[in-house]
Amino acid sequence: MAFASVNPGDDFFWIYSPNLRGFQESIIWRFTLGLCWYLLHLFVTLVHAGSSLIHALVCYSISSGLLRKYWNLDLSNLKYLGIVVDSEQAKNTVKIKRLLHWLSSTGVKNVILYDMEGVLKKSIGSDHSSSDSKNTHFEGMVIELLSFSDNKEGVAKAASFLCSKYLKSNPAVSDRVEPVFTEADMDDALMAVGCGGPEPDLLLVYGPARCHLGFPAWRMRYTEIIHMGSLKTMKYGAILKAIYDFSKKHQNYGT
Amino acid sequence: MDIKMKYKRENNSNSRSSIFGRIWFSLRMFLFSVLSFGPMPAHIAFIMDGNRRYSKKHNVKQGSGHNVGFSALISTLQYCYELGVKYVTVYAFSIDNFKRKPEEVQSLMNLLTEKIDEMLEETSVVKEYGIRVNFWGDLNLLTEPVRLAAKKAMAVTAENTGPVLSVCVAYTSTNEILHAVQESCAEKNNSMAVGYSNGRINSSEGLLSVADLEQHFYSASFPEPDIVVRTSGETRLSNFLLWQTSFSHLQNPIALWPEFSLRYLVWSILQYQKAYPSLQEQRIRSKKTH
Repeated sequence: MAFASVNPGDDFFWIYSPNLRGFQESIIWRFTLGLCWYLLHLFVTLVHAGSSLIHALVCYSISSGLLRKYWNLDLSNLKYLGIVVDSEQAKNTVKIKRLLHWLSSTGVKNVILYDMEGVLKKSIGSDHSSSDSKNTHFEGMVIELLSFSDNKEGVAKAASFLCSKYLKSNPAVSDRVEPVFTEADMDDALMAVGCGGPEPDLLLVYGPARCHLGFPAWRMRYTEIIHMGSLKTMKYGAILKAIYDFSKKHQNYGT
Repeated sequence: MDIKMKYKRENNSNSRSSIFGRIWFSLRMFLFSVLSFGPMPAHIAFIMDGNRRYSKKHNVKQGSGHNVGFSALISTLQYCYELGVKYVTVYAFSIDNFKRKPEEVQSLMNLLTEKIDEMLEETSVVKEYGIRVNFWGDLNLLTEPVRLAAKKAMAVTAENTGPVLSVCVAYTSTNEILHAVQESCAEKNNSMAVGYSNGRINSSEGLLSVADLEQHFYSASFPEPDIVVRTSGETRLSNFLLWQTSFSHLQNPIALWPEFSLRYLVWSILQYQKAYPSLQEQRIRSKKTH
């Protein structure tokens, strides 16, 4: 456990009864703390269960067509949709294909599929091979496949590219001024080394927790990140809801 | 921290010298001991969003929303450190925020200067806990008084060994990456000036590595954040620590930043503890494959 600097329990007893300091190291004290901790987490689990039940009901009524506002989704702000899948779950190609089928039926045109270990690059990429290596097509959608190596390693490649250009620009070391690059330079360099691309407007995370798992940092400045739960329990209604909520979102980009 | 010193502080401070203050303090300490039974975060990052919305909601001047937000920050900091969280990072002002109305930017800059100076006062939480204060961002974009105040705060607290507070001002994550690229390129250039004659560069492949870049991040030598909290329910990171949050638990409590209180912090740690095993597994898997 990373917790070492301060033990709050120390203060608690120091103030009221310094003699009891030995007690807090005792089994009874540890047991009491542990019991309270488990009770607290039981409460958290119950709250989660309650909210996921409500969520499931909402998703069911959306996918069964009960709620009229979800019939026609406004996709004008959703140019690129990103999907992050936990690599372990991404091995289930049947589920991934069903997910892609659902996405195409919502009318989304561009999808960026990401998993850390590059499982999808192998399974989806090789299935639907097309002329250019990075993109593939699926039921009328263009799909870009990304993995962990497209994030930091991609930036390092682009940095090397920029740096070598800078070093070559002026052959005499002493004549060189401090390097100054702009974000546009970086965009171009990323494109040149094959790690560039558009930023997804909405990122759906299929995994155990709300975490982007190393999605390319340069490509998610203002991306809305939504946790969709595990791929096993994915729901069509949940996708419709996420896209609908996104279409109602207002971003002011810092202003 | 020296417990006796802390006891003295608790006794001296007016708010806690009353009997209720003492009871509240020990209840809180008990709650924190219970929480510490599970895995605890070492680094929490906050996007302090919602000060303006708070002003609007309560029909007060915009500045007072930011003021209440600052008090929320101080109490959150105190709770974090009582919990043993060693690193707290906050997003105070983005480079994109310079696009706001000039009057608003100016008043925010004034507020920032005032609050930084306040933090260095004898009675402040910074003194009490021996906090080291860092400022991350392109400080050259700030007005002179803020820049000087920030530099002073960093210099004064540089030797402190307590918890670390990093304030992101004139910061964006992409700017931090760009800054790291520039710095490592300049470093490469210097090492070539010393080592080789007129730098023979044939291919750009592997000229700079990820590790080269990471040395020049503001966050170099910091652990990655375990939790990123964005208040007011927004789900984007708005160009904050994008590089460092690969395995961070992203949370978006509905409360506006000035309303962010102890119960939200406790809830957020409970959520983190629930997610911890799977996040840890991902972290280990990423190390294995890369």
